[in-house]
Amino acid sequence: MKMLPPGNLRRKQQQSSVNGRIAVKPGLTKTVKEIKVDIDKCTGCRACEMACSAYHATPRYSSINPSKARIRVVANEITDEYVPIRAGDYTPSECNGRHVYTIGGKEYSECSFCGASCPSRDYFVEPDSGLPLKCDMCESVPPLAEPMCVQVCGTDALTYVEREVEREAKEQEKRGEIEIGLESLVKKHGVQAVIDSIAQISKGLKS
Amino acid sequence: MRYAETGFDLEIDLSRGSIDKVATDRDFAELYFGGQGAAAKLLWDRVPPGTDPFSADNLLIFSTGLLHGTPVPSANRTCVNTFSPQTNLMSHSLFGGFFGPELKYAGYDRIIIRGKAPDLVYLYINNDKVEIRDATHLRGKGTTETGDLLKKELNDQKVQVAAIGLAGENRVFMASIDHNHASAARGVGVIMGDKRLKAIAVRGTKDLNIAKPAELFDISQKMNRKIAESSGCGDWMAVDEDDSFHHNHFAWGNARTRRKNYWSKELQERWTKWKYEHMDRQTGCYNCPKKCRNVINWPGRQRFGYKCFGKDTYHMAAFLELDFTYDILGVAQEYGVDSYATPQVMAFALELLEAGILTDKDFPGMPSDSRGRFFYLLEKIVRREGIGDVLADGVSHAAIRIGKGAQAYDHNTTKKFEQLPIKLGKLNPAYFLMIATGEKMSITQIEGSFPQDPLPTREQREEFVSKWEAVPDEKFKKYFLEWEKRNDIPDQATCDIVEWNEAMHYIDDSTGICGFVSSFRGQFGGDIAYHMNNLPRIISLAAGFEMNKEKLWKTSQRIRTLVRAVNARRGLRRKDERPPEDHWAVRDEKYEQELLTKYYEFKGWNSEGIPTRQTLERLDLGYVADDLEQRGILTADENASARKPSAEAATI
Repeated sequence: MKMLPPGNLRRKQQQSSVNGRIAVKPGLTKTVKEIKVDIDKCTGCRACEMACSAYHATPRYSSINPSKARIRVVANEITDEYVPIRAGDYTPSECNGRHVYTIGGKEYSECSFCGASCPSRDYFVEPDSGLPLKCDMCESVPPLAEPMCVQVCGTDALTYVEREVEREAKEQEKRGEIEIGLESLVKKHGVQAVIDSIAQISKGLKS
Repeated sequence: MRYAETGFDLEIDLSRGSIDKVATDRDFAELYFGGQGAAAKLLWDRVPPGTDPFSADNLLIFSTGLLHGTPVPSANRTCVNTFSPQTNLMSHSLFGGFFGPELKYAGYDRIIIRGKAPDLVYLYINNDKVEIRDATHLRGKGTTETGDLLKKELNDQKVQVAAIGLAGENRVFMASIDHNHASAARGVGVIMGDKRLKAIAVRGTKDLNIAKPAELFDISQKMNRKIAESSGCGDWMAVDEDDSFHHNHFAWGNARTRRKNYWSKELQERWTKWKYEHMDRQTGCYNCPKKCRNVINWPGRQRFGYKCFGKDTYHMAAFLELDFTYDILGVAQEYGVDSYATPQVMAFALELLEAGILTDKDFPGMPSDSRGRFFYLLEKIVRREGIGDVLADGVSHAAIRIGKGAQAYDHNTTKKFEQLPIKLGKLNPAYFLMIATGEKMSITQIEGSFPQDPLPTREQREEFVSKWEAVPDEKFKKYFLEWEKRNDIPDQATCDIVEWNEAMHYIDDSTGICGFVSSFRGQFGGDIAYHMNNLPRIISLAAGFEMNKEKLWKTSQRIRTLVRAVNARRGLRRKDERPPEDHWAVRDEKYEQELLTKYYEFKGWNSEGIPTRQTLERLDLGYVADDLEQRGILTADENASARKPSAEAATI
């Protein structure tokens, strides 16, 4: 199948080095990319779900399936609840938080704002494989200047903003899992206890 | 691989409790699309003409449009077709929302329901898992209430539910099927109730494939922006607070009284305040950037949504104001009754009381004020209690049952169906033909492409036609340029205009596209999204079969003619094709009948309004001609009378 990039999509001029949601630029600032959600403007039409599933289909646009979208609109016409949420991280456990928030006289469950792919519901789970889905801000190659869901939102309930923020010094060094883990052990037990434990474990492994 | 459609129908027999997934023929979609076209073919093939609408053999068909589930914006209106006990003809109904696309994602183009369950059931469709489930715990529940309860029961907020309320359960002829604040009106809820089917809950997580995906997505993006930005698309009534058009020109009460100077600035301010103080938001249907539905949270009532003229019908029938509609409409929608027909039935009953044909004994305990009376009648009708049992059959049947001269008060029906409450002065030829010959029963489902009124100056008309992309043929531009007085237009132009208006509705109702971005909306401003010039490419990219303007036009005529044949076989004849006698004050029977004859000839129908063999064969409906001849409905000598049908008109 011939893959034609739709001509009227708002695309990036050139590919930038992109790492997840935060594009690290040389220097002291970074670009934070955000999709702003105005739930008062959402009409619940789910065009965002349709377009997301099309954009992430393989080959691109070849099939439509909102249940594969990485954005879902939590919709309830009785409670007038319309909240587009974007797929975040996978979690293997159900959360036990069951807060109910009242905003502007309307009740929202904690779930309505949560982007986790979790066992509590079938959002953000690929229906065929069961694998979690995660929003990539449409930054696959070539990236779009604005995520597809924003581009099709006819009421500006979804808007895209990029802003430059100063990087914290610490952020510039990328630390590994072991380093982070050891640091927390040191904080809890002291440096010597950690060194001793490592020495002991090493001995055991050698023998 | 099948594109745009799934290639499967779901066949349910509620008497036998059987569920079958049946593969369909690709050629079928190319000939009849989906929606009403597909449903008309199924009703023709499977329901013999003598079948009582209340028979187990009557079918209730939920039919998705060909473009449902594709990226094409505003393709979301699901078609419900069956045979109506009110008209004994084909009931044609549509509802917006999310149901049709969800059904496609579940893997089905249609649900075809036969038989009757022994008690209330609901149908649960979750991809390949399809179950007929007990619904006795939902008895008497409201329409959106049922949707909410089923979402909780099934533990799935994404399930899409279409349900009947108490009215459907009690086989009220005006009963609707409701989904997500959208109503399928015009005689389908009664059959769902008769089949003891309380609701259908659908959930689908399958892919829908597109023939030329990237190209179609590209066009869809452009259409999305066009629809979002164009004031020529969508329901302007959702945002325009000046509703003098309906209130000054439509008739109040039992479609009797015009109040030409009713509207005022002070009234508009009051009503606007009511609206915005109680409106939570405006909502839209699946994959449409418009927001046509106003969601109202009225004190003491359940939240409800409405669109279009539905906001006026109750208070105009009751001679009250908008606050009354806001008070009663949500209640009526939960009971599941058609907001166009039902208020007229109520006003008709009160007129009979005033005339002494019905008496106070027929209305025990009825309050004396108009507001109280309408609530009283609503309760009686949806429960079929007392006089409500008679009124629940609609104005025409009720008038016959009541007798004592009540039929003189049945003055606003055509083919036994309540028409919009419009009473005007001078005959309008195009509207005469549309109301007389239309088989979608409401003028809103027939009119719409050609403007309702001429523009005053030649310059304005030239300006209009210069931007008019929707015209299928240049002749319509000529008609419009030369048109100066509303009621003064050549008969040939009238025939062409009526045919074009109808053609677009038959296309929309088979592709699933909403009339507010296409067939209905062009008459107001002309700047619609979908028309005969761009739809062929869109259909072709989505479905993968060749389509062009000639073929699309021919398809629209095939579907329209098949609907006519379905109804002709059930007895529809020329005598039934009469707008209400008082629709216009000044009538000319001789001219009207001449015009009707001209139109029949133009359509290739015989003097009784039945398509001739020649017409049928040109539209690939030879099997229809065979059947009609076998039944003696068509005779061989009528074959020659057909004009060359428009399907092959060189210029279209």
